Amino acid sequence: MGDERAGASVEAVFREEHGRLLAALVRRFGDLDLAEEAASEAVEAALAHWPAHGVPPNPGAWLMTTARRKAVDRLRRDLTYTARLAELRVEAERAEPVPQAEEPGGLPDDRLRLFFTCAHPALAEPDRGALTLRCLAGLTTPEVARAYLVPVETMAKRITRAKRKIREARIPFRVPDAHELPERLPGVLQVLYSIFTEGYAASSGPRLQRLDLAEEAIRLATILHRLLPAEREVTGLLALLLLVHARRAARTGPDGLPVLLDRQDRGRWDRAMIEEGLALVPVALAGGPPGPYGVQAAIAALHDEAADVTTTDWPQIVALYDVLLARTPSPIVAMNRAVAIAMRDGPSAGLDLLDRLADDPRLRDHHPYLAARADLLARLGRAPEAADAYRLALDAAGTEPDRAHLRARLDAIREERP
Amino acid sequence: MKYMLLINAGAVDAEGGAAECTVEDWMAYDKEVKDAGVFVSGESLADLVTATAVRVAEDGGRTVTDGPFAETREVLGGFYVIDVPDLDVALDWAARCPGARGSGSIVVRPIADFGA
Repeated sequence: MGDERAGASVEAVFREEHGRLLAALVRRFGDLDLAEEAASEAVEAALAHWPAHGVPPNPGAWLMTTARRKAVDRLRRDLTYTARLAELRVEAERAEPVPQAEEPGGLPDDRLRLFFTCAHPALAEPDRGALTLRCLAGLTTPEVARAYLVPVETMAKRITRAKRKIREARIPFRVPDAHELPERLPGVLQVLYSIFTEGYAASSGPRLQRLDLAEEAIRLATILHRLLPAEREVTGLLALLLLVHARRAARTGPDGLPVLLDRQDRGRWDRAMIEEGLALVPVALAGGPPGPYGVQAAIAALHDEAADVTTTDWPQIVALYDVLLARTPSPIVAMNRAVAIAMRDGPSAGLDLLDRLADDPRLRDHHPYLAARADLLARLGRAPEAADAYRLALDAAGTEPDRAHLRARLDAIREERP
Repeated sequence: MKYMLLINAGAVDAEGGAAECTVEDWMAYDKEVKDAGVFVSGESLADLVTATAVRVAEDGGRTVTDGPFAETREVLGGFYVIDVPDLDVALDWAARCPGARGSGSIVVRPIADFGA
């Protein structure tokens, strides 16, 4: 077996196994740093060993055994550290009096604990996504930094700060009890959703889409769905991400500019991914009042199923936005509902609703709001007002592709007016 | 692991107590903390008008002023130190504290351990 092949496969194995390996080590030793150190030493050992001796039949188990041995070595070398960890164990057992040996009928995978720890509300919000990518998606710190377009040093500091808080404030590695789950699960979902949107519509910088982050978010949501198959909002989130990501190829034109839903070449949508998402939607909606991710997935599904904008089921989309607005009132949802009403009842009905939201501070500089208003004014033939509205949107837009797109709209309006 | 719960009173009523809870609420909470065996220490502080700040300059000169800062919005009204296994448990105790309601808030700070 060639060196290169063994190198490539250890990388693939490690990426796939990293979260599982780390979670099991954290559970065993109660310390994230020790777990990370042991995991990376195990990979180094694999890189040295596998090219010469071949990839073992069960690479995950090999890594786990090696990592455990490395951790025990470290504990033997550093007795102060060992004493501290022993104290941690005592406290952990105090928190969980029954060791929950094999968790009968419970949660089969230690990664779930890590999801909840990484998304803990006591951590700074921007650090939660970074830590989740680092610990559960197996990204290196430089990879996470690149994904968020920040210097490696900045990202390293953020991850170190978060890990220090986990250790020193003693944020536990545990799955919340059933009665805590409704309060804690939305936080985990929010982390995955923000990783997805961060990758999907970069808030600043030259590139509109950062596919890697969106795909990492889907990978993480898939794992979480496997760990919590009965949680409908997890199902809803996964469905939503698949149904939106399925449109990725059509979302950007050959010139790199964003293409809005009404002009996308729907033949370029990823049918397999749409099917995968569609199958999850009824599961997410059934058996009780639907959650916000389930409803958003249903809206995305209606778009994905339609052949074009005119045959889209706008009345049902409006009805779903009504449900969403009642459950999670927000100006952004109200804005999207207004746009759907414009499609159902015509632009002036939509514009009325948008104008009623004009005083909301969260929308004042929100370029999609300003652009939606401009679009409706243009459709009503009110060109001078539309031009002013596009200029406002242009001032508020962060990414260059978004700005270029708005400039194109503005130019189109100018051409129509002699 | 020990945590300090710093009780910040938001709005304060005429008697200097937090506006949103009663003396009975506090007594019930105090009893709960002690009955659960997590209580290490705790005090409530006298009214802010009685506070005095001391600063010492480089030359050793002492400045004594009335009160902390005039513009302080949240007023430290008291604290508990509790001994619990982890942050989640400490946050649960903080959430049950009457001082967390209304305009009040509890800041949870781990106690530094220079021992081991």
